[in-house]
Amino acid sequence: MELFIFYAFAAVMIGSALAVITVRNPVIAVLFLVLTFFTSAAIWMLMEAEFLALTLILVYVGAVMVLFLFVVMMLDINISVLREGFVKNLYVGIPVALIIVAELITVVGVKNFGFEKFAAPVPHGPDYSNTKEIGRVLYTDYVYAFELAAVVLLVAIIAAIALTMRRRPDSKYQDPAKQVLVQRKDRIRMVRMAAEKKKSD
Amino acid sequence: MANVSFVMPNFVPAIPEMFVLGMACAILILDLFFSDKDRVVTYLLSVATLVGAAILTIALSTDTRELTFNGSFVRDPMGDVLKVFIYVVTAFTFIYSRRYLEARGLFKGEYFVLGLFGVLGMMVMVSAHNMLTLYMGLELLSLSMYAMVAFQRDSLKATEAAMKYFILGALASGMLLYGMSLIYGMSGSLDLAEIAAYVALNNTNVVLMLGLVFAIVGLAFKLGAVPFHMWVPDVYHGAPTSVTLYIGTAPKIAAFAMVMRLLVEGLGDLHHQWQDMLIVLAVLSIALGNVIAIAQTNIKRMLAYSTISHVGFILLGILAGTENGYSSAMFYVVVYTLMSLGGFAMIIMLSRAGFEADKLDDFKGLNDRSPWLALMMLVLMFSMAGVPPTVGFYAKLSVLQAVVQVELVWLAVYAVVFSVIGAFYYLRVVKVMYFDKPDDTTPLEASMAERIVISANSLAMLALGIFPAVLMQLMVIR
Repeated sequence: MELFIFYAFAAVMIGSALAVITVRNPVIAVLFLVLTFFTSAAIWMLMEAEFLALTLILVYVGAVMVLFLFVVMMLDINISVLREGFVKNLYVGIPVALIIVAELITVVGVKNFGFEKFAAPVPHGPDYSNTKEIGRVLYTDYVYAFELAAVVLLVAIIAAIALTMRRRPDSKYQDPAKQVLVQRKDRIRMVRMAAEKKKSD
Repeated sequence: MANVSFVMPNFVPAIPEMFVLGMACAILILDLFFSDKDRVVTYLLSVATLVGAAILTIALSTDTRELTFNGSFVRDPMGDVLKVFIYVVTAFTFIYSRRYLEARGLFKGEYFVLGLFGVLGMMVMVSAHNMLTLYMGLELLSLSMYAMVAFQRDSLKATEAAMKYFILGALASGMLLYGMSLIYGMSGSLDLAEIAAYVALNNTNVVLMLGLVFAIVGLAFKLGAVPFHMWVPDVYHGAPTSVTLYIGTAPKIAAFAMVMRLLVEGLGDLHHQWQDMLIVLAVLSIALGNVIAIAQTNIKRMLAYSTISHVGFILLGILAGTENGYSSAMFYVVVYTLMSLGGFAMIIMLSRAGFEADKLDDFKGLNDRSPWLALMMLVLMFSMAGVPPTVGFYAKLSVLQAVVQVELVWLAVYAVVFSVIGAFYYLRVVKVMYFDKPDDTTPLEASMAERIVISANSLAMLALGIFPAVLMQLMVIR
């Protein structure tokens, strides 16, 4: 049963991963990517990596891919320009890709990664929490790398803000401080007008 | 959960890293309170941070090797020397860039903060003892550099360069990561010492070879070795010169450290395999860098191709695979960094608001405009070409000696032939400065600080060339 689930999900995953790079419509490609993430999360679940599987769905499918969809829909990408030269490069690209695939299969195959080399993992008992285990190594053994990841994210924020934040003269920007501090005399001008005289007839 | 014991790591070896991180965050916050008029405080604080880090690194330096953070951080004499040079070179970069940035409205706090975070990334790479930290350091450095290249928002060239750099850099990181994952898959550890122990027993494993190939592709991308050099000229040319100065200098030291940690410390027993690959990279880099540089009329592009050929020389030292080879490669990378620092800085010195001075013709008749600066440029160019008595000569000599010692005489002869060809374009700069009439007679705007620093920089090339042992004795491996 487990084997059947594995093969079913693996087949869907490979099929949808191929679809990501072959479909013409970028929105559909993003949706296939969602499917790919979802099926790989299912395979992780089979490996008893429940926490990682759920994180993959929550973070990637729930947040990152939604953002991707927005970006793809907002940008008006002209596919026909991007596809120019696709056929021309195909004659070189396909043989190169096939050679790489063949090489990788011979190296990363059953011969080197089979069951003789790596024993199947022993299933854990029901009271085993891999969330706790991840937390334990993350804050002890890998604390240095963990802190560095935080710094990388900080730099990403600084870079994004530094590159995009600038005062554009045409933006309708409101300054709240100015709005609060506004006084009556700034807005209202009292004009004393001489009463209109009746035309003497 | 059984009894979990946790040993508090020893934080002392990482104090310089913590200092730089703390200061970078503090400067980031402080900068918000400065108006453009007081921005110079940010600049001074950034330089002070680098000086402080240098003092801390030297104070904590010992002859022994210390591991901490569960073996993911190493502090050793080689790392200390490289870190101090990273601080010095970056501080020089900041001093050189000030007037250039002010003239272009780029004198912002983020430039210096990103520069400091890049320095932190380099420090992490230099003292990484785990593939994970090596990669995190690399990403920290790369991310800062991508943003710095794109810093000049209105420049189309800079945006294009940043885009190319980002995409190719991400591809290279992917390659490196795939190689690392294969090595991890076989050895079952990210720790470089444990990988070395595994490799010593299994040095014919085909999966390890594949991992090694991918790792070398990634490293060659980051170093800018042929055939993975395409980004170098475009990025150096497109980026604002002050950023070119930053990315063309100190990160090379960090890249050297990365090669030393991953290939020599981690995969040292695969030396026979990676020696052949590095020979190919070195042969192609030396030839292509020197030949194509001749055709360049833009001096930033010319120096970019010269970088590629110097990378070839650095690889020559590493591929020798002896103690002598490693230390001469380390000597070469430090000397190269100082030379290219001066070379790019000279472009900055000649520039002014609205004028980049990045054409070869802009150096015409420099001797008539400023004899002293022309002399300094002459020393730098001679040093890059490897003319005695400058230190560039000694650096090339020691690398070639190391190559001859491992009986690769043909490689040494080949490198010498191509450096003679390369001498042509360095000497052409000298010819243009001394024998051509200036097109442009606007007085140079270079500040006193810049003039003092460039004089120190160039004269050091001459002094170290006469007394190379002063620098050579610092170049200890391990």
